[in-house]
Amino acid sequence: MGFKEFCFKKSLWLFHFAGASCNNCDIEILDCLTPRYDVERFGMVLVGSVRHADVLLVNGSINQRDKSRLLEIYEQAPKPLVVVAIGACGCTGGIFAEGDTFAGPVDKIIPVDAYIPGCPPKPEAILAGIVKLLNK
Amino acid sequence: MVKKTLIPIGPYHPLQEEPELFKLYCEGEIVKDIKWETGYNHRGIEKLSEKKTYDQSFFLVERICGICSTSHPFAFANAVEEIGNIEITNRAKYIRSIIGELERVHSHLLWVGLAGHFLGYNTVFMWAWKYREPVLDLFEMISGNRNSYAMFKVGGVRRDIENNKIPQILKVLDLVKKKTDMLVGAVMDDPVIHARTKGVGILTKQDIIDYAAVGPTARASGVDIDVRRDDPYAAYPLVNWKVITAEKGDVFAKAEVRLLEMYESISIIEQCIEGLKKEKEGDINVKVKEIPEGWGTGHAEAPRGEVFHYVLSDGSNSPARHKIRAPSYTNIATFKKSCIGQTISDATISLAAVDPCYCCTERMAVAYDSKTGDRILNGNELIALSAKKTQNIKNQF
Amino acid sequence: MNTDEILKNIKDKFGSDVLEVFKKWETRANITIKPVSLVQIAEYVFKDLEFRFIIATANHTKKGFEILYHFSKDNIGLIANLHVILPVEKPEIESLTCLLSGANWIEREMHELYGIVFLNHPEPEKLISEGNWAEGVYPYRREFK
Repeated sequence: MGFKEFCFKKSLWLFHFAGASCNNCDIEILDCLTPRYDVERFGMVLVGSVRHADVLLVNGSINQRDKSRLLEIYEQAPKPLVVVAIGACGCTGGIFAEGDTFAGPVDKIIPVDAYIPGCPPKPEAILAGIVKLLNK
Repeated sequence: MVKKTLIPIGPYHPLQEEPELFKLYCEGEIVKDIKWETGYNHRGIEKLSEKKTYDQSFFLVERICGICSTSHPFAFANAVEEIGNIEITNRAKYIRSIIGELERVHSHLLWVGLAGHFLGYNTVFMWAWKYREPVLDLFEMISGNRNSYAMFKVGGVRRDIENNKIPQILKVLDLVKKKTDMLVGAVMDDPVIHARTKGVGILTKQDIIDYAAVGPTARASGVDIDVRRDDPYAAYPLVNWKVITAEKGDVFAKAEVRLLEMYESISIIEQCIEGLKKEKEGDINVKVKEIPEGWGTGHAEAPRGEVFHYVLSDGSNSPARHKIRAPSYTNIATFKKSCIGQTISDATISLAAVDPCYCCTERMAVAYDSKTGDRILNGNELIALSAKKTQNIKNQF
Repeated sequence: MNTDEILKNIKDKFGSDVLEVFKKWETRANITIKPVSLVQIAEYVFKDLEFRFIIATANHTKKGFEILYHFSKDNIGLIANLHVILPVEKPEIESLTCLLSGANWIEREMHELYGIVFLNHPEPEKLISEGNWAEGVYPYRREFK
């Protein structure tokens, strides 16, 4: 068992970073916590500070102002850290990629481990994505 | 000397261009001043819209806000149809109203849940979000997606609600109505919720007019405005319903308005479905050749208030200027009135009361120390404070 | 009071300050006014006629910078736009924030997007441009040939 596998063996704590998003992905991420999807049965919880997190969920297109904040968050996070880009905007910039203030999709700013496409991805897709990442 | 504290809330709060960082300047426990920084969510949508055709713009405007993803296309369609003087078919009107009201139901449920969460009532949060799911399933059945429905286009709607889907819709509405009864009971009769929300975050009628606030925020302060009635569009003039208002202007009044509005919405949907049955299936579109030169102002009542779109057309196939105003743009500014003088633990619920789409406190507080070395609390500590106050009150009962 | 009466009132009261009154139909109207008299007319519309302020729209056209102040009279469903045209060389206009706090943000936003100067604005800080684009760059301005 490598160091990374050892770190991610048990309950994962998630931190949610929303860029310049339309809110849909945020709501769907929060939806994962509620009774129908109940992500807590896998031991996953959303935490308030990235310093406690194993996984960084990033959704929304990133604009110039968010960019520095995202880098700051990434530096604050304990490593190893898994970064998941959620939604069309997180993966590619989506419909906002042509905007004036667009600073590049998430993977141009920080390394990304998994992409969950969809506009917005369904909660099932988010769960499936994270589980797939864990089994990698 | 009382120690001064700076509490940042935010910065991420996603509705059009207004996700922002609130800075609460506190002395002791009392909020003395509030400042905001925005721009974290600026996507340049108004500019982007000028590069897209009218048909493409609908996909853009529904991504302004994921929860109001009917209201923005609704207002945009109203504006464009006003330029072209286009009258849509009755069936399309009913379908538009059904989608709009379903959205209001799911959005208000979402708000009740979040408000419960901010008060430290996670049971309400889980309940409300659980019973929101069947509504999202309806959306999936009708449009194929849980959010961002892509139902609207100039001159009608993209998809029909076939008559064979109607029983399922009615079934879900029945369920939602029952669960709303339960929620109303849980919220309206709970002495702890009364203690936490009554007299908190009061906005007077004058504040509302001064800050140009709209929607449930305004109606809870006795300002009787509702675009659906004042400037009728879609199927709203064809059905019977009433505008809910309250007088007090505190958080409780806002909750009351929202909860009672859900019943009105359900009643509107039921009447629209009756109307839908009378119209011919598939008759959802009128042919639109071109959008002439001119301007149009369209507004629609979103769950949070009036959405306003101004479209200037130069006769080409894309807008020459497209101005968008989302309801929270004016509602959020009222925090200056509702928060100052409150304690910190009441600040979260006062902020949440105008339903700023999705509360910032849940997101994150970037812990960048201010140069003055003030103590900085993050969002979770803030919710914890609020929850603690609820617990204290609970213990008294 | 219906739309015609309201428009007539404004025209009678301000005479030559009102350049053009255009009634599109019963619930939509556009009133072109001189920029110098904006505060007076806005005060009359907002306080005496009890209109609600919706928002302001700025636009850059060949005529200059145009600003539309959208007001709404909710009991008759009327949306009236106060329309001013500012010269490109000197885009300056009096701020409405002292009259109604709801104009605070939108004026700051219009300043950042178009470079229109709002005189006597009580809080002329940055709203959305911080970190997104540099000061002195006005992204929504157009170029005309």
